[in-house]
Amino acid sequence: MVVKNSPFDRLLLILNGLFLGLGVLIVVIPFGYIIAASFMDPTVLLNRGFSFQPADWSLEGYRKILGNEAMIRGFFNSVLYATGFAVVTVLVSICAGYAMAEDSLVGRKWFMTLFVITLFFGGGLIPTYLLVRQLDLLNTPWALIIPGAVNVWNIILARTFFKGISKELKEAANVDGASEWTIFTRIVIPLSKPIMFVLALYAFVGQWNSYFDAMIYLDDPNLFPLQLVLRSILIQNQAAPGMIGDQQAMAELKRLSEMIKYSSIVISSLPLIVMYPFFQKYFEKGVMVGSLK
Amino acid sequence: MESSAKSGRPGAHPVHTEKQSVSRTRWEHIRKNSFLYILLAPALFLTLLFKYVPMYGAVIAFKDFSPIRGIMHSDWVGLKHFEKFLTSPNFEVIFMNTLKLSAFGLICGFPIPILLALMLNQVRRKGIKKNIQLFLYAPNFVSVIVIAGMLFIFLSPTGPINQIVSWISSQPLMFMTDPEYFRWVYILSDIWATAGWASIIYVAALANVDPELHNAASLDGASLLRRIWHIDLPTIKPIMAIVFILAAGGIMSIGFEKAYLLQTSMNLPASEIIATYVYKIGLQSGDYAYSAAVGLFNSLINVILLLGVNFIVKKLNDNEGLY
Repeated sequence: MVVKNSPFDRLLLILNGLFLGLGVLIVVIPFGYIIAASFMDPTVLLNRGFSFQPADWSLEGYRKILGNEAMIRGFFNSVLYATGFAVVTVLVSICAGYAMAEDSLVGRKWFMTLFVITLFFGGGLIPTYLLVRQLDLLNTPWALIIPGAVNVWNIILARTFFKGISKELKEAANVDGASEWTIFTRIVIPLSKPIMFVLALYAFVGQWNSYFDAMIYLDDPNLFPLQLVLRSILIQNQAAPGMIGDQQAMAELKRLSEMIKYSSIVISSLPLIVMYPFFQKYFEKGVMVGSLK
Repeated sequence: MESSAKSGRPGAHPVHTEKQSVSRTRWEHIRKNSFLYILLAPALFLTLLFKYVPMYGAVIAFKDFSPIRGIMHSDWVGLKHFEKFLTSPNFEVIFMNTLKLSAFGLICGFPIPILLALMLNQVRRKGIKKNIQLFLYAPNFVSVIVIAGMLFIFLSPTGPINQIVSWISSQPLMFMTDPEYFRWVYILSDIWATAGWASIIYVAALANVDPELHNAASLDGASLLRRIWHIDLPTIKPIMAIVFILAAGGIMSIGFEKAYLLQTSMNLPASEIIATYVYKIGLQSGDYAYSAAVGLFNSLINVILLLGVNFIVKKLNDNEGLY
């Protein structure tokens, strides 16, 4: 049986579709503009708008970006930080979530309160910074990896997951008669691959896209992640050293820095944009499990 | 004697045998499950170290911090830093900027994901719906630096938006330098980036609505809008309440990252918020104690707001709040 709609309702449904289409356009057009502009000669773009003549196209921006040391170093630093952060986050959250899901853990509620309080109250920027400094973590990758590794939501997510499969776990444990360590490494870890994947994905993307911790904890440009390199190009209008020759005239400088902006946006967002459609359902899963509590 | 040592209370009087045996069984229970505690230990340790130690470190806000003597040995000054902040000419501007930016952001941003979810829910063909979602969710995964960079490109005096503006006006609009536009730029770009993603939990809840309800209602002659009003909206009401409490409770903790990027020396009268102020006076100028006091003041307001909003929502929402 299908819902019967009045003519007015059918009109509403058509409008609904149109507005959603408009929403999609509002999302797509800015990206499309950036991508198209990244292949265009900026003087042509500025004076005549988009041109479809191959003579007005240029790959110069990409050449500058891909040949730039700071950019490449930033890219590999980001891969390192995001991977390290994901590994630590997943390990800590899976272990804690598994323990918190067990009824035999005395003080469960108390621990949960301890974790949840941190969601709503914290010491603030300065005391945290002073602590990281005192621990001698400044100017090390650990400053980006360790302090943020525990996240209450991740623990709740993992706990919810383990509660869902606790029956299977108990059965497996009974049959085996194996030690707790064996059960954890041989049964729990393999079973929790889906939730580990979701947590890792979130941690990786979060770290990849953030710049604040890197900005306050790192001074050494050799340690800068991609986002900080991007910041100097996009926000501070300073193309990284070596991208633009010193002797070039002002107009040429401005032209090049415009091109570099477009191409650096495309290059830095490319990994996520390419990966995203494949991982979308895992991201959604993360939101869902978390919201069910 | 040995058992009392195990119970963790070596000085306990042997008279309290009952209490002692309770604590002993508990201790043995814990020992039997020690594996679980070992698993919990890293998370617990990191939380205590990086979340609770800084809370203790926040006493710096009540002290005259001397780097040589350290936090613990610096002199107490009571509420001096708080008074300094509350009486400074900056206070009102910064406080109101913070409040306005996030309150307007909440008012404009809260209904959009709900509207999107209700609209998506009316798309009958699964494949089309999935594709629309794919696009609407995507901006959530773009970094804040890239979003800010795109805003600077699009809204520059010679950028594409101002080329459209030039059709009707001879003057370009100075989006990034005129304080008047700052809030709009911030809030609208925020909605652009997050509204799609924020609609997920509503979409999921709506997917669980029994289609029979809609069929029955339409047989009774209920129009589309009435069905949405009486079936769909009540379904997502509890989620709306939770999302609203969390958002309203965080109203004063509006993020540093984007506001700082969108700041230009010209738009500061509107764009300086508590978070950016704390960063500047603390980490850029090195006035740790004063900066920590401002941060702590902000945290306290947050907690009060959260409790207050939870109380109000509970009253309005049949005693269903966050806690």
